[in-house]
Amino acid sequence: MPSHGDHGANAETSSAAAQSDVMISFDNVDKSWGENHVLKKLNFHVKPAEKVSIIGPSGSGKTTILRILMTLENPDEGVVTVDGDELWNVERGRRIRRETKQMKLTRRKIGMVFQQFNLFPHLSALQNVMEAPVRVLGMSKDEAHERAKELLDMVGLGEHLNHKPPKLSGGQQQRVAIARAMAMRPKVMLFDEVTSALDPELVGDVLDVIRDLATSTDMTMLLVTHEMRFAEEISDRVVMFDNGVAVEQGPPHKIFKDPDNDRTRQFLRAVLEH
Amino acid sequence: MTWDTDFAISILPRLLQGLWITIQATMAGIAIALALGLIVAVIRYMRVPVLSQVLGFYVLFVRGTPLLVQAYAAFFILPTFGIVLGPLLTGIIVLGVNYSAYTAEVYRSGIEDVAKGQWEAATALSLPARPTWTRIVLPQAVRSIVPMLGNYWIQMFKDSAILSAITVSELLYVGQTIGADQYRYLEPLTIVGVLFLAVSYPAAVLIRRLERRLAISR
Repeated sequence: MPSHGDHGANAETSSAAAQSDVMISFDNVDKSWGENHVLKKLNFHVKPAEKVSIIGPSGSGKTTILRILMTLENPDEGVVTVDGDELWNVERGRRIRRETKQMKLTRRKIGMVFQQFNLFPHLSALQNVMEAPVRVLGMSKDEAHERAKELLDMVGLGEHLNHKPPKLSGGQQQRVAIARAMAMRPKVMLFDEVTSALDPELVGDVLDVIRDLATSTDMTMLLVTHEMRFAEEISDRVVMFDNGVAVEQGPPHKIFKDPDNDRTRQFLRAVLEH
Repeated sequence: MTWDTDFAISILPRLLQGLWITIQATMAGIAIALALGLIVAVIRYMRVPVLSQVLGFYVLFVRGTPLLVQAYAAFFILPTFGIVLGPLLTGIIVLGVNYSAYTAEVYRSGIEDVAKGQWEAATALSLPARPTWTRIVLPQAVRSIVPMLGNYWIQMFKDSAILSAITVSELLYVGQTIGADQYRYLEPLTIVGVLFLAVSYPAAVLIRRLERRLAISR
């Protein structure tokens, strides 16, 4: 395996591409699931260090954006780049090559936190966080161990280092998952409805951790969320998605207080009412 | 015919030697089945072109023909191609290959039981294929299939009696030989049965315990 020894590079250092002012770009990206056209010629750009929340009704293609970035799905057409490097370049009808070398390298700049946590249940919290830095970045076990401890401390799980996920609450598991993603020092972090599977009383702790990351790092963050107040508080920009199209976007105060689009208004009324 | 305890005691050492051969053949057969089965299962799961189809046929063929036929085929036909392995080694390979097909299917069910999110998390962490299999997928797959594998091991232990047909001096073969020599089958065959049970029953209990322990730690 190529070991790049690049674990010294972290989210704080800005590359040449970052200075070009685009961290993530989607150009003409199209995706369908059979009859369901989830992304329609999407053009979408995110600046370095920008915190963007994606809102909208379920099935509107929000999660697909994150999954294409994490290479869990392929676009049917279009170009996706991250930090100046190409992740996808798909011409319609062409056979899609999964897992190119270029893709694997670019993918390392991205971390993701899932709705269902997806922790490794047979490994302790510490091992969950250590695994990728050791296997992918070639970090020594001692260094990975130290760093994992720091990260788990940061998310408030310093007392549960050796617990396996099934012994932790949903909120604790999700915070381990955040630490695990952070261990790879991604430049881009994707949060896919990370509080949707949690009991209401556990949501706060997870949001606190994300809020800390948003204010204390210059990681680029992309959140798909139903937590409207949270999105309003931490985002630089909010994008309203409906039917495969970004129907409206802008600064949070504009989108939440004075949206231009009818569908945004309807959606916000529906979610904020209860 | 009445039970002759002195006779029974006198033949016990030879039967125990036969049991030892049976256990050795089973252990070696298990090792082959585990390794071969894993290779078959992983290649089939990854849908490697051509190879997957070939192995699919392999599983179908091995599971669709009787063990005894496979044993005879290996014992009588392989030497005509110049492959002479001796009865015990032939028997071990036949057992291992036969059970590798069943083991492959068990592995496959275990691998398919591993949640999709586990693969996705591995991708999101950029874990390469090898650690994804060895550190994430297989440890979880094995947990759910140990009871199933264990039952196959016990079955293989009992099936190894079939090797008596190709002159492997395992437990049943020794029992039959004594019977034919002495014209007394009651004692040797009774002891053969008891010895099989004396191993397979505790093994089954052990596997049930292991199953319970794995279930708790999940």
